[in-house]
Amino acid sequence: MSAGLTPALEAARLVMARDLHLAIRRPGEVLQPLVFFAIVTTLFPLAITPELAQLRQVAPGVVWVAALLASLLALEFLYRDDAHDGTLEQYALSGQSLTWLLFAKTASHWLLTGLPLAIMAPVAALALGAPKGSVSGIIASVAIGSIALSLLGAIGASLTLGVRRSGVLLSILTLPLAIPVLIFGARATQLAMAGEDIAAPLYLLGAIAVLGITLAPLAASAAVRISLE
Amino acid sequence: MAWTWFHRLASPPYVYSLAARLTPWFAWPAALLIVTGLYGGLVVAPPDYQQGEGYRILYVHVPSAWMSLMVYTTMAAAAGIGLVWRMKVAHAVAASCAALGATFTFCALVTGSLWGAPMWGTYWEWDPRLTFELVLLFQFLGYMGLRAAIEDVQRADRVSAVLAVVGVVNVPIIHYSVEWWNSLHQTASVMKLSKPSMPPEMLIPLLMTGLGFTLLFGALLLVRLRAEVLSRERAASWIREVVAGEAARA
Repeated sequence: MSAGLTPALEAARLVMARDLHLAIRRPGEVLQPLVFFAIVTTLFPLAITPELAQLRQVAPGVVWVAALLASLLALEFLYRDDAHDGTLEQYALSGQSLTWLLFAKTASHWLLTGLPLAIMAPVAALALGAPKGSVSGIIASVAIGSIALSLLGAIGASLTLGVRRSGVLLSILTLPLAIPVLIFGARATQLAMAGEDIAAPLYLLGAIAVLGITLAPLAASAAVRISLE
Repeated sequence: MAWTWFHRLASPPYVYSLAARLTPWFAWPAALLIVTGLYGGLVVAPPDYQQGEGYRILYVHVPSAWMSLMVYTTMAAAAGIGLVWRMKVAHAVAASCAALGATFTFCALVTGSLWGAPMWGTYWEWDPRLTFELVLLFQFLGYMGLRAAIEDVQRADRVSAVLAVVGVVNVPIIHYSVEWWNSLHQTASVMKLSKPSMPPEMLIPLLMTGLGFTLLFGALLLVRLRAEVLSRERAASWIREVVAGEAARA
C-alpha cells in the first residue's frame, strides 16, 4: 500500500491501474472511438462541400458533435465487461466506497477516450480549415468538455446497466444532458478559430466539469446499486 | 404526531380513496378558470398594438410552458421522495407525471410554433425558450423510455428516479446555456415575450388560465395516480373490495 492514501483512495487507485492495464492490452477497443471520430468528421466535407471557406464556418460544430457521438459510443466500454463478469458486483460488495471506485473508472475512461479525442480534435479541425493558432484552444476545450461528457455518460451507463440493447436509450438519456457542454465547447472552439479569447466558455466548461466531478459519481453509484439489486 | 398525514400517504388504499375524493375539487375550479380565462383572453382583452389578434394564443401557450417545468419539478420531487423514503406511492406519482409533462411540453412547442408563423414568418425559430422546451421534451421522453425498458416496476421506479433527480439539477444549466447560446447568435427578429407592462385586462385572463392549467394538472394527475395505483396493486386484496364496491354503486 502506498503511503498516505486512505483505503478508499488506494482502492480507487488500484481500480484505475487495472482499467488502464486492461485497455493497454486491448488497444483496438481504445482506438475504435477515435476511428469513429475521424470517419464522422470526414463525412461532413463529403455531405456539405469541399470548400474550406464554407467548412471553416461549420468546423466547430462538426468537431464537437463528432466528439460527443464518439464519447457516447465509447461509453459501452465503461461498464460492459465489468457488469458481465460480475466485477461491478464485487466492487459494490467490497466495502469500499462505490462512489470512489466509479470515479476511478470514469477517470481512466476519460484518460482512454477523452484525452485522445482532445488530441485528435485539432487535427480534424485543421482539416476543416481551422487556422494553426487555434490548436491549443481546441485541445483545451475538448479536454475539459470531455471530462464532463465522461461523467454524464457514467450516469447514463449506470442507469441503463440492467437494460438489454441499451445503446439507443443511452443516447436518448445522455444527449439532452450534454447540451450545455456542446454549447460552451463549440463556442470555445469557435472563438479559438477566430483568434479571440476563449477564457469565458472555458471557465463555464470547467464549472460544469467540477460540478460533474462532485455529483456525478454519487448519482452513478446510486444507479449502479439499484441496477445490481 | 405531526407526521401522521405523511405516513398515511404511504398507504396505497388511503391514497387511492383520497385521490378519488380530491379529483372534483381540482377538476371543477380548473374547468371554471380555464373557460373564464379563455373568454377573457380571446373575447374581452383588447388586441395587442403590435401583434393584433395573433397574440391571443398566449393564453394557451404560456400556461403550457409554465406547466411543463412545473410538472418536471413535481416529478423530480416525487421521485426524490420515493428514493429517500422508499415510498411506493411517491414513485407512482412520478410515473403518472411523465406523460402529462410530455403532453404539456408538446402543447407549448406546438402553440409556440403556431405563434411563430405569423410573428416571425416561420414555424420554427431557434428561440431560447422554444429550444429549451424541446430539450425538456427529450428529457421527458428519455424518462419514459427508461421506465419502459425496465420490466421490474420497483427497479424501474428507482432507476428512473435517479434520472429525474439528475435531470432537475441539469435543467437550470440547460436553461442558461441555451439562453447564452442564443444571445450570441441572435438576429434581431425575435420579439420579447414578457413585455415590461401588460395591461390588467390582458394579464388577469392569463393568470386565470395559468391557475386553471395548474389545477387541471392536479386533476389529471389524481386520475392517473389512481390508475397507476390500481395497476401496481392489482394483486392486493383491497383492490377487489374497492372494485366490488364501485361495481355495486354503478
